[in-house]
Amino acid sequence: MEHSPPPFFRRGPTPLVRLLLCSLMSVAFLISDARYGYLEGIRQAVSVVIYPLQRLAAAPRALLDTVGEFFVTQSALRTENARLSAQSLSEAAILRKYAALSAENAHLRELLGARQRFPESTIFAEVLYAGRDLFTRKIVVDKGQQHGVKPGQPVIDQIGVVGQVTRIYPWLSEVTLITDKDQAVPVQSLRNGLRAVLGGTGNDGQLELKFTPLNADFQNGDQLVTSGIDGVYPPGLPVAEVINVERNAAYLFARITCKPLAGVTSHSQVLVLTWENQLPERPAEETKAAPRAKKPRRGS
Amino acid sequence: MQARDSTLHEILLPVRGTFIIFTFVLALLVNFLPWSGWWVFLKPDFVALVLLYWCIQQPRKVGFTSAWLLGLVMDVAEGSLFGQHALAYSVLAYAGIVLHRRVLMFTLRDQILHVVVLLLLNDLIVLGVRMFAGAAFPGWSYFAGSLVAAVMWPVLTYMFKLPQRPTPDPDRV
Repeated sequence: MEHSPPPFFRRGPTPLVRLLLCSLMSVAFLISDARYGYLEGIRQAVSVVIYPLQRLAAAPRALLDTVGEFFVTQSALRTENARLSAQSLSEAAILRKYAALSAENAHLRELLGARQRFPESTIFAEVLYAGRDLFTRKIVVDKGQQHGVKPGQPVIDQIGVVGQVTRIYPWLSEVTLITDKDQAVPVQSLRNGLRAVLGGTGNDGQLELKFTPLNADFQNGDQLVTSGIDGVYPPGLPVAEVINVERNAAYLFARITCKPLAGVTSHSQVLVLTWENQLPERPAEETKAAPRAKKPRRGS
Repeated sequence: MQARDSTLHEILLPVRGTFIIFTFVLALLVNFLPWSGWWVFLKPDFVALVLLYWCIQQPRKVGFTSAWLLGLVMDVAEGSLFGQHALAYSVLAYAGIVLHRRVLMFTLRDQILHVVVLLLLNDLIVLGVRMFAGAAFPGWSYFAGSLVAAVMWPVLTYMFKLPQRPTPDPDRV
């Protein structure tokens, strides 16, 4: 044992004082993070320190996947190969048509004077881990600032929208899934072009159309795609399908439940869309000035 | 009575600082594993458990500084609000340090009852902060992890004391 003086000679502050100090510091951190977002620098620094640990923790599953791939039977590979070549054949025809159509579309848009839709490029990312925090629906993927990911970029899989990048670290980034309680996606019905806002419920596999009037024309089976008016998601990406419409005259809004199309909880690879938003500036000053002009009239 | 005496009056070697750091790194690593499905609910917070263990066993070596720093690390790893785990772990460390003499008086089985209360308190603080910040209540299964953790307490105590046990005297069998 080390020869330190007995504890009653030098003890420093009592535990209660230390607890108060730590709690005060924690609360200060909490408030400044929740309200002002001052602490992103510290967050980045700590994330760099624990990055090796996080990669190490994700390693066993990656190893398991590799070993699993090694033991695939030949017949499984052959059936998969046959299926993929059939798929690529059928898609080649569609793709050829797509090239012609997009050229034609660009030409028509030019004729109409409409703004060009910019071709988006993608970053391929692997999901490191998902859903450890019980309060939110988030995943962490293995591409970050160094790979060109920016906060706010939409994330998709092969079917449709998965979520949005909400925080970036040097080599990782955090994606909030569309099923998160605070996540909203502006959508449009494919059947009739009706626009609405799709929000998460906090439950896996359940979404809700928020603030839709009772008489809004949504039916079971309606396909919802992104409308693109928010400038975050490119227009036309599939998002969800309406599975239940409940119209109760006692409430102001209809309860429309939807099911996400993309494998929001079950994917291991996703694509981050590096989509440059080219919307024109919003006329913000006029809306602000209007109520101010009214005020003196009310007072007199 | 026999069991109580053997755990209470055991003469152990002093614990090494490197071993404490090693256990914390291991706990962080286990927490970072990609848990999914029902395991998310059943998964104990290993960092909280190990922290509580050291605060009770070695209150002069492990205390508020380690608790607070580990809390920050957990906040960054989970992408949650900065400071919520720091706050919860500080309270946990306080409870461990204040109660350490009392808890160690009991047998391992009775220590579980102390530990489960402290870990549930830890959960409650995190829950309170999150709900204050506007999150929804995740359901009662949220507390399941702490019950699992408390059951693991005797196993943890046995394992963490292994390096402190003196090598058996060759003269005595």
